[in-house]
Amino acid sequence: MIGIKRIYLDHAATTPIAKEVLEAIKPFFNKKFGNASSLHSFGREAREAIEHARDIIKKKANAKDHELIFTSGGTEANNFAIKGIAFANRKKGKHIITTKIEHDCVLNACKWLEKQGFEVTYLNVDKEGFINLNELEDKIRKDTILVSVIHGNNEIGTIQDLESIGRICKEHEVYFHTDACQSFTKTKIPMEYVDLITINAHKIYGPKGIGGLFIRKDVKIDPLLHGGGHEFGLRSGTENVASIVGFGKAVEIARKEHVDKMQALNKMLIKGALEIEETRLNGPLPGEKRLCNNANISFKWIEGEAIVLRLDSFGIAASTGSACSSRSLEPSHVLLAIGLTPEDAHGSVRFSVGKENTKEEIKYTIECLKKIVEDLRKASPFYKTSR
Amino acid sequence: MIEMYTKKVMEHFLNPKNVGEIKNPSGVGEVGNIVCGDVMKLYIKVKNDTIVEIKFKTLGCAAAIATSSVITELAKNKRIEDALKIRNEDVIKILGGLPPIKVHCSLLAVDALKEAIYDYLRKSKRQIPKDLENAHERIEREKRIVKEKFKDFIKRSEKILDISEKSKNKDKRKNKT
Repeated sequence: MIGIKRIYLDHAATTPIAKEVLEAIKPFFNKKFGNASSLHSFGREAREAIEHARDIIKKKANAKDHELIFTSGGTEANNFAIKGIAFANRKKGKHIITTKIEHDCVLNACKWLEKQGFEVTYLNVDKEGFINLNELEDKIRKDTILVSVIHGNNEIGTIQDLESIGRICKEHEVYFHTDACQSFTKTKIPMEYVDLITINAHKIYGPKGIGGLFIRKDVKIDPLLHGGGHEFGLRSGTENVASIVGFGKAVEIARKEHVDKMQALNKMLIKGALEIEETRLNGPLPGEKRLCNNANISFKWIEGEAIVLRLDSFGIAASTGSACSSRSLEPSHVLLAIGLTPEDAHGSVRFSVGKENTKEEIKYTIECLKKIVEDLRKASPFYKTSR
Repeated sequence: MIEMYTKKVMEHFLNPKNVGEIKNPSGVGEVGNIVCGDVMKLYIKVKNDTIVEIKFKTLGCAAAIATSSVITELAKNKRIEDALKIRNEDVIKILGGLPPIKVHCSLLAVDALKEAIYDYLRKSKRQIPKDLENAHERIEREKRIVKEKFKDFIKRSEKILDISEKSKNKDKRKNKT
């Protein structure tokens, strides 16, 4: 890969740490390294740094009735929300509602709970990935304790209407959790309608290994990790001070201009990719109901891993929902849930732009993509050049 | 990707050999299924019991394309009885290994070659060796299993293919007028 310029278009997987973030966390490795539970000055400066970061993030999210609990990332926060609510409220009921397009950590936490005697309903989605509010209301039972719906979908970018879902949950007195890892700082989260919100740092130019769960103060939840009673007794374990500081900084420097820039680049990328014949955009059209940085395109008659690896040979980084790149050899559950045929799911590529990308990079990507698709289709038994 | 591909796999994937079709081939072998994401079509031209020309078209991942490319190089200019001796281990060895989850791609490539030779022998009314007959039956059986497993998906796909065929024909008519 030496000598060619690399273009990173996989920000939904992870992002580089911002310069400001890197600078902010450095002292906390060897100078301000104290344990935030200690009484001495080393401990106090660590504690202050943590609480400062917590305040920044709560303020940005406009969290008034919620506390923020730091976790090791999005996966832990989602597990904490779902299992924590399930076990603390099992006397009320054992029924949970989620969707067919959740991240694996939500789906697999739910599947594990099914083994523990809980019942889970997986809501369908329409062809753009939206749940049906009537179906949700129909599925709520007397013993339903939790509804968990992803805010911005990591694969196809669909942004669910949290406010409407939250109203229904409130009316039926059911806790409502959302996984907002992809949407946090990109789209407003209506905090007043959601009881629990999962966020994380490495999707927003912060460090990996740090995330958080907003919990409304009156919510009944059990901790996953028991120990010294850190994080209000809800998440024991010595705080990851450097990463928490980095998380705070990443949230602090997030700007509306970045969102606008990503939106413009994303539109340009989608438009360019759809100029190629026999392609389709998966998920909603760009706009308020789609994540500003997500482009998921299916290319007919060819396979996604091949496209991604050809792009990689040009220095361009993207990802795919094809079975060939998954451990299970099954295509993406999200793409199948929105009604794609397996072959269209196999031929899907996800691009996710970031604030540091440029128009020139997108232009170059589209040029390469056109060449690659043409080339792979020439070798495809289903594609006739005479079309 | 879960596991890394070798340099050799990437070479064959980025610059595959013998891509295309043969007009009036002596035999054609097609294996795999579009719903699984891997389909290989192999064309051979046989003269004096020797494969003088061989081409492929493959829908699939990097491993599927690389193994297709390798099998064409291995089989080219080989006598039929020698081509039938090519094993998937030979393909994997040339590629310097494949991730375990991708080994089935090399099996598909070997099967595609077998099917092309079977097709040639059948068409030319030649005697088919017992081993090849057995392999053909196994491949057919596997195709049926996949079809059964993905029945609903295939129906949906065929419907969509049908619609796109029709709209294409419509376009053609439009172009004529």
